[in-house]
Amino acid sequence: MMEAQVLQFFQTLWGPLWAPIWTWVQPVWPLIWVMVKIVAILAPVVAAVAYLPYFERKVIAYMHVRIGPNRVGPIGLLQPIADALKLLFKEIIIPTKASKALFIVGPIVALAPALVAWAVIPFSEGLVLANIDAGVLYLLAISSVGVYGILVSGWASNSKYPFLGAMRSAAQMVSYEIAMGMALIVVLMVSNSLNLSDIVHSQGKGMFVNMGVGALSWNWLPLLPMFLVYLISGVAETNRAPFDVVEGESEIVAGHMVEYSGMAFALFFLAEYANMILVSAMTAIFFLGGWLSPVGFLPDSFFWLALKISAILFLFLWLRATFPRYRYDQIMRLGWKVFLPLCFVWIVVVGAWMMSPLNIWK
Amino acid sequence: MEFKTFIFYMLATIMVLAGLRVITAKNPVHAALALVLVFFNAAGIWLLLHAEFLALALIMVYVGAVMVLFLFVVMMLDINIDRLRQRFWHYLPVGGLIGLLLVMEMAVVLGGNYFSLESLVPPEVPADYSNTKTLGRLLFTDYVYPFELASIILLVGIVAAVMLTLRQRKDTKYMQPADQVKVRRNDRLRIVSMPAEKESGE
Repeated sequence: MMEAQVLQFFQTLWGPLWAPIWTWVQPVWPLIWVMVKIVAILAPVVAAVAYLPYFERKVIAYMHVRIGPNRVGPIGLLQPIADALKLLFKEIIIPTKASKALFIVGPIVALAPALVAWAVIPFSEGLVLANIDAGVLYLLAISSVGVYGILVSGWASNSKYPFLGAMRSAAQMVSYEIAMGMALIVVLMVSNSLNLSDIVHSQGKGMFVNMGVGALSWNWLPLLPMFLVYLISGVAETNRAPFDVVEGESEIVAGHMVEYSGMAFALFFLAEYANMILVSAMTAIFFLGGWLSPVGFLPDSFFWLALKISAILFLFLWLRATFPRYRYDQIMRLGWKVFLPLCFVWIVVVGAWMMSPLNIWK
Repeated sequence: MEFKTFIFYMLATIMVLAGLRVITAKNPVHAALALVLVFFNAAGIWLLLHAEFLALALIMVYVGAVMVLFLFVVMMLDINIDRLRQRFWHYLPVGGLIGLLLVMEMAVVLGGNYFSLESLVPPEVPADYSNTKTLGRLLFTDYVYPFELASIILLVGIVAAVMLTLRQRKDTKYMQPADQVKVRRNDRLRIVSMPAEKESGE
């Protein structure tokens, strides 16, 4: 539809020249069109990744009764650009005994999965790059690759603190991935699909939707324990405070990032913020009804998804300003001994619920 | 050449090269990372065969979990390559024999009629074919007993691994987080009310 409009525009633009150009362009046109879509998705994501640190500094500053960045540009709006420029011009120092190739590959591997995963995120009705049936599986598979960036860079630095940080992060991310996956199994059970668009659709029907308050029929209310497990696991998975022992300043300086400088260091930060936005988007889609409107009299649109993602991101920042850091053994205990058994119990409970006459997900 | 064929050969080439790196790399960590690359390419080839569930499960299970733990262990080992190489020629005949046996077995199976191009025509799939749904339906209807049996075997494996490594040491002091959480102020702190001391007039 949109594709036809774009082609129509170029046809009128080029006039009679269009026919020869089109014969040349036609074989690669699907490729070009996919590239255009990828840029259309990733450009806003990267812009959001750049401005999330600014947002974080402002939010935390006001929570601390400070002002935050306010010197570069009006109300500090050019701060991210200044930071990026500063990091770009810094030298990337590679330690002498480091494994050079892996040292460079590490930050790239950390960032790439956080961007690749956006391929299956539906932004609105039909507005998705790849509407595949195994979307949830794809997300789980891709997000499980992110840990390699940290693990590889920690090892390749050939230094003690990075290595300890990498070990911590590998154990933590693998543990919380399991809790996240188990929470998602319950979502898959009630929505009867692995397709992300279908998961959103399945939240848009039920008793409360007919009463005009769709917000109460989203997965967060009937699956409240799983929503909390997923949200907290999401914070742990992205190594954010209070689960940021991977880079705990007081214990191991900055973990896997100790030996990095310049843009290689910045890539880790971009990866962290890209992962935060991704986890927020996934939470919004799985539990908060994606692009669905919370009330009956307002239309569904992309605006709602953006609002939900922003709200969850704000929660992430709020958590950071509120809680002290967890102790490492307590993090492991929370993941394996609290969340995992809770998920197992809830899978059985929801299974029994769906088989009983009280089933609300028909 | 069809585009799919090109993709297949690209994935296959990278896979074979990465497989060679797994056995030739001097550093075991590099070898493990090459193995990760092999898994990725295998997943790509399975995607070409419309087996998206298997492909994504391969990445999720092997790349996301198994290889991470594998790297975890390999990175912490201090492996001396020279000592590993010491008896290379001594072990070569045995290793070669096993390798030859493997190649022969594969030749018998793959060279037979079961896997020839004529007998293995990929089934025509409809446009709305979902590999995941088909697989799930088969697993939970026709093959439900073998599937449950496999799960039980895996569970036994988990319990066995835990039992093998579980040692009860009496001399270690470990914390009880539940008790720590339950602690209230009154357990640790006692506020004693004392009469204010009167300053003696000087």
